[in-house]
Amino acid sequence: MDLTFQIQGGDFTSAGTASSEVRRTLKELGVDASVIKRVVVALYEAEVNIVAHAYKGEIMAQISPEQVFLRLTDQGPGIPDIEKAMTPGYSTASQEVREMGFGAGMGLPNICRNADVFNIHSVPDKGTTVEITIQIN
Amino acid sequence: MTVKEMAQTLGLKVLAGEGGLEKKIIGGYTSDLLSDVMGYADAGYVWITLQTHKNVMAIASLKELAAVVLVKGFEPDADTVELAEQEDIPILSTTEQAFELSGRLYRLLHP
Ligand SMILES: Nc1ncnc2c1ncn2[C@@H]1O[C@H](COP(=O)(O)OP(=O)(O)OP(=O)(O)O)[C@@H](O)[C@H]1O
Ligand SMILES: [Mg+2]
Repeated sequence: MDLTFQIQGGDFTSAGTASSEVRRTLKELGVDASVIKRVVVALYEAEVNIVAHAYKGEIMAQISPEQVFLRLTDQGPGIPDIEKAMTPGYSTASQEVREMGFGAGMGLPNICRNADVFNIHSVPDKGTTVEITIQIN
Repeated sequence: MTVKEMAQTLGLKVLAGEGGLEKKIIGGYTSDLLSDVMGYADAGYVWITLQTHKNVMAIASLKELAAVVLVKGFEPDADTVELAEQEDIPILSTTEQAFELSGRLYRLLHP
């Protein structure tokens, strides 16, 4: 099953909608709760990163009996130094975003801990693609 | 222990999401950083925070938290209340600060 979602940069009121839809679908499919929990954390963080850091993006969620595959592609500033961005605590979030409690620099590390496979590819001034695979069983 | 019993024992005011007052509490997490909660809180936890915007309820719902407690008398935004009602996740309030409330909740859960 394939699900796709359009994400608007800066739209914090809708942040988490895609994650919530994917969670609902996985529950309906009877996927193990521990798998759903990991998908939710990884997808939410990647979704919010588009909202917080990019202009707009698209989420594709591919659900099969073996795995959940997520691809998030955005148009945005990109990430010049991915290793640095992956460091816990590193964040370029604006003051406004930090006041909401985002910008702890914990999102990418959260994705890392919950994904079985995590790929991130970015072109500065163009955008970022994040791919997350989580095995079912 | 249920959210309702916790609210009564700790003297918390119920602001929204009364439909979820019978939810069971198994732990608590105190943080104002959303990714911290996303990464480390678990289902059935009570989230103690001073963040009042809608994303708090989005996370509470995604993580299946038992309740959110706003400290220092902070009031939830209107769309935060709306989402709490929709998802049946109680928002409670106290005039205490996070340190004090966390201590009292910890003692209640680990007597
Ligand atoms: N999609 C993206 N586009 C551009 N930059 C990004 C993107 N995702 C992450 N980054 C960069 O990587 C940094 C670290 O991301 P991470 O998700 O770990 O933390 P954060 O988003 O700043 O804060 P948190 O996720 O804890 O709320 C960001 O501050 C930003 O500079
Ligand atoms: Mg982030």
